[in-house]
Amino acid sequence: MADIDIKDIVKKENIVYKKTSVLTDNVMHYCPGCGHSTTHRIIAEVIEEMGIQDKTIGIAPVGCSVFMYDYIDVDTQEAAHGRAPALATAIKRLLPDRFVFTYQGDGDLAAIGTAETIHACNRGENITMIFINNGIYGMTGGQMAPTSLEGMHTSTTPYGRDPGLMGHPIKMTELVAQLPGTYYVTRQAVHTPNLVRKTKKAIRKAFEYQKLNKGVSFVEVVSNCNSGWKMPPVQAVKWLDENMLPFYPLGDIKVPEK
Amino acid sequence: MTEEIIIAGFGGQGVLSMGKILCYSGVMQGKEVSWMPSYGPEMRGGTANVTVIISDERISSPILNAYDSAIILNQQSMDKFEKTVKPGGILLYDGNGISRHPTRTDIYIYRADGAEEAARMETTRTFNMIMLGAFLKIKPIVELDNVIKGLKKSLPERYHHLLPLNEKAIHRGMEIVQDIHVVKKV
Amino acid sequence: MEEDFVLMKGNEALAEAAIRAGADGYFGYPITPQSEVMEYLTAAKPWERTGMVVLQAESEVSAINMLYGGAGAGKRVMTSSSSPGISLMQEGISYIAGAELPVVVANVVRGGPGLGTIQPSQSDYFQATKGGGHGDYHLLVLAPSSVQEMADFMPLAFDLAFKYRNPVMILSDGAIGQMMEKVKFQPQRPRMKDEELPGWATTGKTPDRERNIITSLDLDPYRQERFNRKLIEKYQKMKEEEVRFETFQCEDAEYLFVAYGTSSRICQKSVQLAREKGIKAGLFRPITLFPFPEKQVGALADQVKGMLSVEMSAGQMVEDVRLATNGKVPVEHYGRMGGVIPTPDEIVEVLIQKFIGG
Repeated sequence: MADIDIKDIVKKENIVYKKTSVLTDNVMHYCPGCGHSTTHRIIAEVIEEMGIQDKTIGIAPVGCSVFMYDYIDVDTQEAAHGRAPALATAIKRLLPDRFVFTYQGDGDLAAIGTAETIHACNRGENITMIFINNGIYGMTGGQMAPTSLEGMHTSTTPYGRDPGLMGHPIKMTELVAQLPGTYYVTRQAVHTPNLVRKTKKAIRKAFEYQKLNKGVSFVEVVSNCNSGWKMPPVQAVKWLDENMLPFYPLGDIKVPEK
Repeated sequence: MTEEIIIAGFGGQGVLSMGKILCYSGVMQGKEVSWMPSYGPEMRGGTANVTVIISDERISSPILNAYDSAIILNQQSMDKFEKTVKPGGILLYDGNGISRHPTRTDIYIYRADGAEEAARMETTRTFNMIMLGAFLKIKPIVELDNVIKGLKKSLPERYHHLLPLNEKAIHRGMEIVQDIHVVKKV
Repeated sequence: MEEDFVLMKGNEALAEAAIRAGADGYFGYPITPQSEVMEYLTAAKPWERTGMVVLQAESEVSAINMLYGGAGAGKRVMTSSSSPGISLMQEGISYIAGAELPVVVANVVRGGPGLGTIQPSQSDYFQATKGGGHGDYHLLVLAPSSVQEMADFMPLAFDLAFKYRNPVMILSDGAIGQMMEKVKFQPQRPRMKDEELPGWATTGKTPDRERNIITSLDLDPYRQERFNRKLIEKYQKMKEEEVRFETFQCEDAEYLFVAYGTSSRICQKSVQLAREKGIKAGLFRPITLFPFPEKQVGALADQVKGMLSVEMSAGQMVEDVRLATNGKVPVEHYGRMGGVIPTPDEIVEVLIQKFIGG
């Protein structure tokens, strides 16, 4: 037994899981258990499986995923806070045969970029929008997001979000589903293996639909922010299940008519 | 030769297009031209005016506060622009709706009742061409041939069937213009 | 021969020239006094003529970020607006300068601050030439003074934007935007083909190259400083290669008007009026406001007895004239504001009052 060398184990024929080639080898800066890493991987896998790396242009937001371009190996533009849908609009209109996606957090997409989000969706831009909703501003250190739940403690709502003072959590995904320019609108999550599989299917569809020229494909991913929520990963996942999902229920909100 | 003209009246009287046709006529005659309108809330109704300069030389300022000639089509414009005509200059006006007639004695004053005349033609929209005709009778700065060419260039093609009517209006204007006051040479 | 000319508003000429310059996209938002640009484009249907995209955005903020996206994809993109709209775009312009993207922004200036007036003004000189948004950067600024130059500066602006990978601003005003003059257009240039797009553009990562990243972010202070130095070098190169100006009766001038755009046309008449009074006046007209023709203005300081910076502002370019002359000659400012346009004779009176007396 002692004679077995590591080289005898690490062999092509023994591989059961392989990182997609569309992810770079850079070590991700995300906190352990963060949904960003998983969602990045899913996007990269979809791009690889569809064989569209040479045709894909991503837009990174301002927020924790500002460095998305360090991890996903596609041509990427870094947008000003909230403006990703404006960039995507122009890129797609000027290069209509490319696959263009935005990747935005809740502050980016649902607060400072509300106008850009609504109008890109309303114009029916033929793009994919990935919306990471963890109910908090992660990068700046855990301030209230437009999607923070009622009563949620953040660094700018230290006594809990009071809707009378700070307004209500916004359901951006339900909102954009009302617009005729959206083609496919769904809400997913990535904190269990089963949900990861479902999210991947949703993101795959969202990219595939770009071939049809029918409008925006919008995928919300409800995620956890362990550091912002100030919880260990396991507790954060439990909190997500018990608090986020009842308010932000998973599933398709708008599906293409058959 | 440099002729600095203000054309002023109500929006809808064809003030801006008269200026444009005059400019195009100048272009056809090989002149330098500029057309500077009033713009903003007043161009959505109310008064409108345009400064037209036609010159043999490169035009310096497109915006002026004194003019060689004024073509005045309503009372407000009379009140505003009578005083801006240079001594020895020309003021041509349409008498329709004018209650306070021009009083200066150091300028040449002409009247052409274009609105009244236009009402007798196929369409009252010939008004601005009648006034242009009246002006060109007083001050033939561009040849009639070039005015017709300018009109053709200025009008979208779908209106080209109206060219003969416009030409007729210009001639009518030339006929009806009358002297009101002539500066006496000392 | 006169048939070659058309009579057009400055705003319309800019729009037509953009199509002919082979622009790929226009993104804008209506604001007086420049709305004719997008109105002309939507009527001209350049998407049928050249394939150019024209899109009315939901705001100036969105429009400038569409430019960021389009330019990041290597395309020739432009917008136009007027002062309040340009203020709203400053965030995006800063990012564009930081990401080194070639875009053309036309500012048809109106008076301010705030909503101000819709009448012409030159009160955005500081904003245009000194950066405008946050961070150390400059736009290359071209100041047309006629409808013909509105047309001529369009292809030039695209060329300079791509030469330097830097935003270029065409700084005109409500007078030039709204007035009609004769204009002759350059022939249609082709739009760039896919294979002609610059190598740095995000067009899709092919196996033969690394992914392209368009960003203005670098958290490493030393790398960011290196980048800032690179920008400074770029601006230095512009100072060496791109200074443009025009002189009028400067040869024997004892007094000099320094003016750009609309003011320069008025001053040209002031020169004539002054000379009729026996005053040897001349006009120096900067065409590039950044880079400012500092050497040329500085050289004239040895010749003249005084310079009068004439602007439709409270006195902005006068600071650059004073820097360029470095105390060698008295430099005064005369300006009208709020949409008031100075007249040729009042400028001559000011010249006499400030320098000659009587």
